[in-house]
Amino acid sequence: MTETPLSDLETPRFLDAGEAALVVEFGATVDPAVNDRVLELDAALRARTPEGVVETVPTYRSLMIHYDPLALDRSALVEAVKGLSRDDASERAPGRAWIVPCCYDPAFGEDLIEVADKVGVTPEEVMALHSGADYRVYMYGFAPGFAYLGGLPQTLGLPRRPTPRPPHPEGALMIGGGLAAVASFPMPTGWYVLARTPERLFSARRNPTFLFEAGDTLRFEAVDPETFAELDARAGAGEVVARRAEPQA
Amino acid sequence: MTTARLKILSGAGATLQDAGRHGYMRYGVTPAGPMDPLAFATANRALGNDLGATAVEVSVGGLSVAAETPLDVAIAGGGFRIEHDGRTLPSNVALTLKADSVLTLKAGSDGAWGYLAVGGRIDVAPTLGSAATHTRSGFGGLDGRALRAGDALAVEDARASVGEPAAMIVPWLGRRPDRIRVVLGPQADAFASDEIEAFLDEGWTVTARGDRMACFLKGRPLRHAAGHDIVSDGIAMGAIQVPGDGLPIVLMADRQPTGGYPKIATVIGADLGRLAQVQAGGGVRFAAVSIDEAVAARRAERDALAPAIRLEPVVRTAFSSEFLLGLNLIDGVTA
Repeated sequence: MTETPLSDLETPRFLDAGEAALVVEFGATVDPAVNDRVLELDAALRARTPEGVVETVPTYRSLMIHYDPLALDRSALVEAVKGLSRDDASERAPGRAWIVPCCYDPAFGEDLIEVADKVGVTPEEVMALHSGADYRVYMYGFAPGFAYLGGLPQTLGLPRRPTPRPPHPEGALMIGGGLAAVASFPMPTGWYVLARTPERLFSARRNPTFLFEAGDTLRFEAVDPETFAELDARAGAGEVVARRAEPQA
Repeated sequence: MTTARLKILSGAGATLQDAGRHGYMRYGVTPAGPMDPLAFATANRALGNDLGATAVEVSVGGLSVAAETPLDVAIAGGGFRIEHDGRTLPSNVALTLKADSVLTLKAGSDGAWGYLAVGGRIDVAPTLGSAATHTRSGFGGLDGRALRAGDALAVEDARASVGEPAAMIVPWLGRRPDRIRVVLGPQADAFASDEIEAFLDEGWTVTARGDRMACFLKGRPLRHAAGHDIVSDGIAMGAIQVPGDGLPIVLMADRQPTGGYPKIATVIGADLGRLAQVQAGGGVRFAAVSIDEAVAARRAERDALAPAIRLEPVVRTAFSSEFLLGLNLIDGVTA
């Protein structure tokens, strides 16, 4: 099998996932530059969607294009993708920056002390490290509104748990395997829960239903339990409680 | 406009499904939809419904329903043993339910998923544009859950025009899982070529662990060429992922839209239902085909469903050959 060099971002690999899905792969690693190419292609395809494309799914390093092969030939789809230029993606909203409130109180950050012990710093330092970083939303997956984030400080780069912990609550901010995540639905998890946000990543009754887009940047801001309760009530009523960060001067 | 009510008397694992929840995989939303898309579309086609209309998916747990007023139904797929009003019916059948007379579907010796379409429109509030039930995220169907005894489905624009039971002449559902066709990839290069040959040449057994999310296979474990963790990418229905233990998992309707294990191959659209219908303990083998062959098989399915489905009255004496074909004799159902 011939290998196209994965390091060459200008030459994506076209991989078939059956006859109704095409993977356009720009790399094999978690890398903002690779993810940028994925999101550019996604934006370009959404701006100029060939007839027969059903939906596109951006991931860390590739774009999956689901298509109807009775309406669109594989070869025509590949040509259409190759024919797209960066100009077609120019209308993509630049990644937005958000400040997301969260509470690290032990009642919310259920695994904070365990993480502090494991990485050899104080709980306060874990909190400072976690809330001091900028995170990139790479992709969603796993469950509706479950966002995978890159940008976790290396000190917090724990492997995931060998066996899952009991279900985390809705809105859990988690770390594991060198990544961070914001979880939507409560589920058993191999990740560590550091905090909880009152923001809803997913709400079927709110417009927008899903708050963040891949390519957005998040920063977490610690709030006390009283503020959490107030924001949680507002978010539950359909309000967006994360706020847009001021543009950098 | 007539509204009918279809009462659910029992039905472990039965769910409402439509053609699936599309357009939200980018946000982590599972599409759901039918396990056997061809059987699902066939049941709807038999009643002249939209091919993606909401229908009841029946599992090996079976189903028992009754309508308060006469109502057309069509059942396709899964080789279920069907009884209504004291009669045993062929497993692919259309009929008008008699008022307050129970219709039961029991799993046969072969097949796992059946579809009960109704003449009319099952009225449920959609989630993100679809009525497809995904119980793990609580989307679709009735409150995001499987159907249960005591539920009553409202059927708008209800029809009662089919009359006496009629066998559906649907030879395309008389499929055997001899060789499930796959397109290799997207990560076939994560396996040495002799491991790909082993995947195709050796038989696999479907385990009892399967559900709407995945079909788990047992056999000689496959070895990865370079590790079993990849950076997550998209997952199509029918993707065959191979985790660290080397045992393939075929991801089906309730799959997550992304995942991090290498996918050695993908089951072609036309064979998704054939695989889904294999009961626990059954064997499967895979055969690699080209994209062109996969598309041709898909086109043949579409063409089969283009004309109206032929219905033949269920009679107890003069059996025509087509009638016998419609009976699905494999299951030993002989009316």
